[in-house]
Amino acid sequence: MTIVKLENIGLRYGVGAEVLRDVSLTLEEGAFHFLTGPSGAGKSSLLKLMYLAQRPTRGLISLFGHDIATTSRDKLPALRREVGVVFQEFRLLDHLSTFDNVALPMRVADVREKDIKKHVTELLAWVGLKDHMSARPSTLSGGQQQRVALARAVITRPRLLLADEPTGNVDDKLAVRLLHLLEELNKLGTTIIMATHNEGLVRQFGHPRICIEGGHVEQMGPLRPARGGAIRVEGKIT
Amino acid sequence: MSMFSLRHHSDLPLDKDPGTRFLPWLIAFMVYLAALSIVATSLMQSLSARWERGVSDTLTVQIPAAASVNKDQTQIEEALKILRAHPAVVLAEPISRSHVLKLLEPWLGSGETLGDLPLPHLIDVSLRRSIEFKAQNVRDKLHIIAPGATIDDHRIWLDRLVRMSHTLQAGAYIVLALICFASIGTIIFVTRTGLAIHQDVIEVLHLIGAQDSYIARQFGEHALYLGLRGGFLGLAAAGPTFGLFAYLYRQVDSSLLPQIDITPLQWIIVMSLPILSAFMGYITARSAVMRTLARMV
Repeated sequence: MTIVKLENIGLRYGVGAEVLRDVSLTLEEGAFHFLTGPSGAGKSSLLKLMYLAQRPTRGLISLFGHDIATTSRDKLPALRREVGVVFQEFRLLDHLSTFDNVALPMRVADVREKDIKKHVTELLAWVGLKDHMSARPSTLSGGQQQRVALARAVITRPRLLLADEPTGNVDDKLAVRLLHLLEELNKLGTTIIMATHNEGLVRQFGHPRICIEGGHVEQMGPLRPARGGAIRVEGKIT
Repeated sequence: MSMFSLRHHSDLPLDKDPGTRFLPWLIAFMVYLAALSIVATSLMQSLSARWERGVSDTLTVQIPAAASVNKDQTQIEEALKILRAHPAVVLAEPISRSHVLKLLEPWLGSGETLGDLPLPHLIDVSLRRSIEFKAQNVRDKLHIIAPGATIDDHRIWLDRLVRMSHTLQAGAYIVLALICFASIGTIIFVTRTGLAIHQDVIEVLHLIGAQDSYIARQFGEHALYLGLRGGFLGLAAAGPTFGLFAYLYRQVDSSLLPQIDITPLQWIIVMSLPILSAFMGYITARSAVMRTLARMV
């Protein structure tokens, strides 16, 4: 099944030049793509279109088979719940505990508190944060915040996971651990797009790429791993 | 000083907003003024009801004292005939001289010499509302049998009083409406401030799939709690004011002022002001947020 389909998308902010030009791409269910390109190339803008934070200036976006242009506004939240997002700066809510941050998508989906407690506790244990459920995000390390953000993005088992440079503020070891977590999710059926600058990770994990440059997009195959370039992570992935 | 201590689940830290501190006090003041306005309105209603009864019912005919007692008696009987023949007159009865003297006692004293004064004869006339009473026509007829006879038509000055009372009532309603508008404006301002302060949080909630109503409900519930607290505070302050007002009212001559009749409906409205203010807060905040969020993608 086609998860995301973009046809001749153009995007400009205000009266400026187009950030994205004639972008067309199709993502099938279960795919894992890296979104690469230089800073300012439009990676975040492309992701914003996919998580429905932005409307294109022109062109068509189809998400899970729904044409966004013709979908009524009150049906968009239900579509957004099918999309998990790991924001570049995580965007955790600092006045809420780790537990409540992860529970947010379930609460907005009106899930019973009993079920929320069960699922959030399980997921926080899976990402190794069982002992930090009451902690405020500001008291957590960068890696821990990253995992909270990931847990929040996947708690509702979204069909599409968009990660906007989630490894930008963490060291390589944590970045690799995150990638392993994403791969596990991908094996469970979640379609994943991860924007990154980290060429090492792109080479090491070998997933196909969506390359964006000058507002144009090209779907490309995986980069070949560089000899001895892999980042080794020892121990259990948590 | 923060009055807000009641905790309720919210994804938005609205409790810490600057507006949270002053809004309950402001609502308390508004509820206090609203309660006073309602009581003032009921006072005006009581006054005008009493005056309106006077307006519609009665007038007094004055027959000047004649040269002899016999002539006096004849004039009064003729006047009574004229009055009782009018279809609008329900009752026309002469007021006894002793009663007239008693009425004049506060001004003229109670000396025996008063009995010698040539006092005019008074006839108390009760009218029925349904039939028009043209005072001038009756006055002309009375002049034929008793030159100088006058009709004190209470309706003229009582009508002015009633109009004044109605104007004051309308003023009280306008004050109530202004209080409502001011409260709504303040709640909208506080809500918009909250929206601006928590823009990031709202955006995150929006992007993870929160319906507008989910976010608006949190603002609405917050305004509801603030409105409820402010409302009860205002009502608590209005209680002693009513007590003081009632005490001062009792000190005034009861013949000048009527008993205030606060109807059960007015009592219900006064007692439910905190709930009304809370409900108004909920609706106002919720709709303000819904309108703002509708502009988001």
